[in-house]
Amino acid sequence: MTWDLVLDVIAGVCLLGGSFLAFAAGLGVVRFPDLLARMHTATKPQVLGLMLMMLGLGIRLRTGEIIWMLVLVAVFQLLTSPVAAHMVSRAGYRTGKVRRDVLEVDELTDDLEAARAEIVAEAMDEEVAAEREAGEGRKG
Amino acid sequence: MTAVVLVCAALIAAGGVLALVRVEKGPSMLDRTVALDVVTSILVAAVALEAAWSRRIDTIPILVVLALVGFISSVTIARFAAVEPEGEGRVLTREEIAALEAERMDTEQADRQASDDEHHGGGASGEVKE
Repeated sequence: MTWDLVLDVIAGVCLLGGSFLAFAAGLGVVRFPDLLARMHTATKPQVLGLMLMMLGLGIRLRTGEIIWMLVLVAVFQLLTSPVAAHMVSRAGYRTGKVRRDVLEVDELTDDLEAARAEIVAEAMDEEVAAEREAGEGRKG
Repeated sequence: MTAVVLVCAALIAAGGVLALVRVEKGPSMLDRTVALDVVTSILVAAVALEAAWSRRIDTIPILVVLALVGFISSVTIARFAAVEPEGEGRVLTREEIAALEAERMDTEQADRQASDDEHHGGGASGEVKE
């Protein structure tokens, strides 16, 4: 039992894990019912899967300098994938791709409705006040 | 190591094919974008697997570039996402395209006949007529 073998086995386990997550993402993207569920499953190989692959690759290569490049790959992915996910989910919400009936919690819609109701109430108040003022003016 | 790489390659290939199925099915532009994001990360995984198998380091910069620019397509498409009518986003079959094309040709023909009955071709645009 040499160190080389042990390291190769560890690398193989990491690569298998990453590949399995990539497969799970493909399966989930096909099977899940709506946009948010598909986005959820699509993030699996983007973060954990990618990190496992980089870890396995680094252990397998065993050269010092290339490790930094692999770390860079993971860092870039961590920086960029939330941007893409944010933009896609925002566009999905605004174009009505988010189905409320399959969600457990939907705080955004509740908040938006509350804010809209508040604006309408304020406008009504102002209207009533303006009418009262006009009525008083006529009397005077 | 060979067996591990073979199993990994099979898993990655299956994941890629499933993601492409979703790209084909839609039903909306954003679903396709998400599926294409999965294809990008599967591409990264495949390149990493190949590098691990043959112990090469010259393909690592590809991973850096893919991780850095992979999000741009999603952001661009998401900016232009609009409300799509039901059934609009699916891929048309050959017959449907033929029917649409025939309908378009018919309307064009009708337009031409309505505007210019007698002499086909008509005058040059901007020509002064008596």
